[in-house]
Amino acid sequence: MGNNINTDVWVFVEQRSGKPAEVSFELLSKGLKLAENLKGKLKSVVIGSDVKDIAKETFKYGAEEALVVDDPELHNYLTMPYSRILNELVEKHKPRIVLFGATVIGRDLAPRVASHTKSGLTADCTDLQISDVTYLKKEYKDLLLQIRPAFGGNIIATIITPDNEIQMATVREGVMKMEPLSKPVKGKITEVPYTPNGIDHIIRIIDQYRTENKVNLKAAPIIVAGGYGMGTLDNFKLINELAATIGGEVAGSRAAVDAGFVPPERQVGQTGVTVRPKLYIACGISGAIQHRAGMQESNKIIAINTDPEAPIFGVAHYGIVGDAMQIIPMFINAFKEKLR
Amino acid sequence: MGKNSIVMVKQVPDTANISGQVMRDDGTVNRAKLPAIFNHEDRVALELALRIKDQEGGKITAITMGPPRASDILRECLYMGADEAILISDRKFAGADTLATSYVLSEAIKKIGHYDFIFAGRQAIDGDTAQVGPQTAEKLNIPQITYVEEILETTSKTVKVKRKIDGGFEILESTLPVLMTVLKDACFPRPFKAKRLMAYKNAKTLMELESLTEENSLLYIDRLKEEHIAKNLYIQTLTMDDLQLDITRCGIHGSPTKVHKVESVVLAGGNHETIPPTKEGMANLVAELMDNHILG
Repeated sequence: MGNNINTDVWVFVEQRSGKPAEVSFELLSKGLKLAENLKGKLKSVVIGSDVKDIAKETFKYGAEEALVVDDPELHNYLTMPYSRILNELVEKHKPRIVLFGATVIGRDLAPRVASHTKSGLTADCTDLQISDVTYLKKEYKDLLLQIRPAFGGNIIATIITPDNEIQMATVREGVMKMEPLSKPVKGKITEVPYTPNGIDHIIRIIDQYRTENKVNLKAAPIIVAGGYGMGTLDNFKLINELAATIGGEVAGSRAAVDAGFVPPERQVGQTGVTVRPKLYIACGISGAIQHRAGMQESNKIIAINTDPEAPIFGVAHYGIVGDAMQIIPMFINAFKEKLR
Repeated sequence: MGKNSIVMVKQVPDTANISGQVMRDDGTVNRAKLPAIFNHEDRVALELALRIKDQEGGKITAITMGPPRASDILRECLYMGADEAILISDRKFAGADTLATSYVLSEAIKKIGHYDFIFAGRQAIDGDTAQVGPQTAEKLNIPQITYVEEILETTSKTVKVKRKIDGGFEILESTLPVLMTVLKDACFPRPFKAKRLMAYKNAKTLMELESLTEENSLLYIDRLKEEHIAKNLYIQTLTMDDLQLDITRCGIHGSPTKVHKVESVVLAGGNHETIPPTKEGMANLVAELMDNHILG
């Protein structure tokens, strides 16, 4: 590859009705590290209506430039105009890396852009790194390692795009850390005019319903999670009690959600939320790979399970073999005693 | 006037039921040991197409890109009610990532032509990428609606659907033609019809007919093929040559993404401290957590 190759890292900054999505800032923080490794620039791409403030916010995460397409017509995400705009921008500037959140919008948009620009795209990454790679006896410098679970979470695959100028990835929400800089970058806003096209509004939004997600598991310092092993909805109330006592949020495994013990927005794991709290207490959770993927980076993990062979103990810092129905009340009492 | 649908389906390894035998010692998956199944969301996509057909008439063509044995799921499409099934198969398609797959599928769709809808499942369980649908729509230069939960209304020129978005849902209206990818909860796929099962269980691809002639020297492939076409039991196969494709965009050559490394899932931590399940054990644990400012 020539020396004149572009080393810019782009992050598509997603907004929903004018509100930026958290995942975009998580990606900017990761993108900054990747750009430093590549000795390139981090740039944000913001599309919407009245989005200059969002563009400026990206400077707090290290973006040196924000490419902004600002037009009332673009208020809501629509596949056709957004993909057309991004197709043109990516085609023109050929950034080295383009990152999207693995959200409904990101997973709708990124494949169209990759298809149009014939770029490689890896879905749902959980880690990204820059590294030199030897692939089929050829040496490649500074490739993007796109790391993702595969085969239902049973394996971790590292994907590369060795012979392409542009490397694209969507990244799961919550897996990258959001790290605002102590001093924002003095970034520049580059306005890109929007030129409407007949095909842009071939799809029209008739109505939109969005409920503000009141549960924010990602931000909770303490999480008490219950699994199918709690047995019944009545038993699961102990999880709520423990969480209330120690000031934590209630969560559940997929099995607990499927059993109706806990609502879906509180599901931790690969198809739920990825969390890294200060303390994670797993009660009656066997610890399938899919669950562990969503919590194993917690600072401290307590596992309570009757089965000493349960895989959850493999990621735990403290393991308690026993019935959660008996152990949780003892824990609650010990905590109350200590507070007295 | 009926509406024509093309439904993109995929045969996938059953990743939901991975047993010990399937995982090799080095942590990779032995695909050959996994049963091959009809990707569920694609079956749901076919059901949505069938419901439109039930109301308005029209033709449904099921297509799949895959190895010869993928004809199994095409027969299942015929059992459910598809009018025609086409296998897109060539050794040169092997190793395709989503970009190369969408190139082949979009070229096959251009050859089939005359469609109002293209349906597909949101994603296939072997890769969970959800990319092939949108990548195909882009190559056909048509709009797409992903994450479809329900079709609310169709007119001669438009469709109105409910789709999932982050934190809620929206109602969209699109001009036809449009490509839609559907969620598993959109509907419950109908069971096979006994009459159709009896009729189509003998539907065969050219490769399958060829293997019949190898077993029985009294059969002649040309006549066999003609008979199957006459009885509407012939599953057409499209190869790279049939579609006049650019080999550099097919299979492994046309796939920019490469698998560099595959590892079994590594557990973080591992050396946990065992706490006795007693009052004293809990008291010590709570004290330690509070001393370290993790609790309290």
